[in-house]
Amino acid sequence: MIKRNQLIIGNKSFKDITDDICAPVERFPSKGWVGLFLGAKTLLIFYIFVLGMVLANGMGLLGVNHPVAWGTMIITFVFWIGIGHAGTLISAILFLFRQKWRTSVARTAEAMTVFAVMTAGLFPLLHTGRPWLDFWLFPYPNQRGPLWVNFRSPLLWDVFAVSTYATVSMVFWYIGLVPDFATIKDRAKNKVRRMVYGALSLGWKGTARNWSHYEMLYLLLAGLSAPLVLSVHTIVSFDFSVAGLPGWHTTIFPPYFVAGAIFSGFAMVITLMTLVRIGFPQFKDYITIDHMEVMNKIIMTTGMMVGYAYASEFFVAWYSGNPYERYAFLNRAGVPGTSGDYAWSYWIMVTCNVIIPQLFWFKWARRNIPTMFIVSIFVNIGMWFERFVITVTSLHNDFLPSNWGNYAWSFWDGAVLFGSFGMFLTLFLLYLRLVPAISIAEIKPVLDVGKDKKGGH
Amino acid sequence: MARGIGGIAAIFLEEHAVLEAARKTKSEGFTKFDAISPYPIHGMEEACDIKRSWIPYVTFVTGTIGLVSGLLLTWWTSAVSWPINVGGKPFFSLPAFIPIIFELTILFAALSSVGALFYACGLPKIDPPVIDPDLTSHKFAIFVPENDTGYDVAKLERMFKDLGAVEVKKVAEY
Repeated sequence: MIKRNQLIIGNKSFKDITDDICAPVERFPSKGWVGLFLGAKTLLIFYIFVLGMVLANGMGLLGVNHPVAWGTMIITFVFWIGIGHAGTLISAILFLFRQKWRTSVARTAEAMTVFAVMTAGLFPLLHTGRPWLDFWLFPYPNQRGPLWVNFRSPLLWDVFAVSTYATVSMVFWYIGLVPDFATIKDRAKNKVRRMVYGALSLGWKGTARNWSHYEMLYLLLAGLSAPLVLSVHTIVSFDFSVAGLPGWHTTIFPPYFVAGAIFSGFAMVITLMTLVRIGFPQFKDYITIDHMEVMNKIIMTTGMMVGYAYASEFFVAWYSGNPYERYAFLNRAGVPGTSGDYAWSYWIMVTCNVIIPQLFWFKWARRNIPTMFIVSIFVNIGMWFERFVITVTSLHNDFLPSNWGNYAWSFWDGAVLFGSFGMFLTLFLLYLRLVPAISIAEIKPVLDVGKDKKGGH
Repeated sequence: MARGIGGIAAIFLEEHAVLEAARKTKSEGFTKFDAISPYPIHGMEEACDIKRSWIPYVTFVTGTIGLVSGLLLTWWTSAVSWPINVGGKPFFSLPAFIPIIFELTILFAALSSVGALFYACGLPKIDPPVIDPDLTSHKFAIFVPENDTGYDVAKLERMFKDLGAVEVKKVAEY
């Protein structure tokens, strides 16, 4: 029989686990954390300034124009939403599949989901141009008729999908946190922490009757989140594929987008986890190299799915016999005879998403922290460019050559993109200090997995 | 378990010990006792004679309500209240409404299930009594309320000590 590696190394007792995981919440921050936080916070302040400028001056500040009416904000929206999907995949879908290794990374991956969706959610709201009227997106009785929203529009489906996703992810995350907040409350030495975490724990007592309901609810929320996460990126892909534009109007989009989302999300999990392991060395016993290796395998698999989707799009463009569709794809790759203005972005995408993750065929690459960190950064870059390719190259050369144009990338486009990392990282760094970053209550039952004495499974 | 009931609590250090104690307490005829643990223990429901949670029924019913609400919302606004011809599509264009209906189904089901948990566990509770602060970290306990049939402090204390309890204490209210 194949022997299973221990999920948690270092022969921990239950008390050790509680102490290890609560430590970052209970002690003063390290210099490294403070340094990163100051950097992230400065970027966030810059981001607030940039968004203020966009708000005050209007969307014209960004490079959107005719014919490229969707630009950085939509690209970065899809990028961040996609990042969030790996969190739900780990917390819900891997839970349903009884993958016990998920326990160590689920909490942080879910936090990543919540913050990524928060970061993403701002973009379409601002992209409406007049965000102070964004409440018009919801169907509420009004004095204009009542004039209702258009339920046939994919953009409105997106409003419902993303807001439901944000709500359910946050609730799922919080429910997972309740017993751990109670742990911190019971350990608290000072009064303020006791009060704050006591309130957050909602008075959780951990009786068998409560746990029985709790476990059932957790299973139900996982079961509801699993189809939800698939629906969200499906609907995001409908934003493109329901339009009649060559390069967008393809049936492969929903699975292609979902695979891409999981791909980019796992890359972000690897990026963050390598940093968490450096910042909190005691977490290395919980988030082991084995955990990282499994995630790298998922990155390579989904990366090849995405590569297959790229190839399949080309085949279908040729097979369809539609000259516009064919042109859109030849133009992406920069084949002579097309404008090829954005071929560089296409080849960055292919290199980062399809070629570089092939390194994970080698076991040493899957188990080497610096290597996986670098690959994960490339995947993040590649997946941003994938959305750039889909959005900009399809729009810039569509049907009539007289209608063609290029995206007018401005300083503010770059500022919006980089600033959004400030928001995400600030939230994430605060999370690492305020919330137990590994589920204390969930990790204890899997302590024996892979241990010889008690067998495991 | 209502708030403010006193009783006796036995503290254990091992998962199998508390499981054994729960089985023993049940076989002694107690019905209102409860086990407290830092994480859900496999097999504790059977040991404490806890019925399967009823939350899934709430999920199903509220999910169905969400589905019907989504259907009614899209149908009434698009086909009854102010029908607008969008690209020649039918006023009641069901396939286009499915994403909305689906999302509302999930939203209603998820939020109501969480509400059901709050109701079932009596959350939120302000400053609940704590038997031992380590019960959310590495200790386990059995609590027997004083209104349970056959409640006898001396007998229970002896029983729990025999089962390997490291501490047996009277609790004023839990």
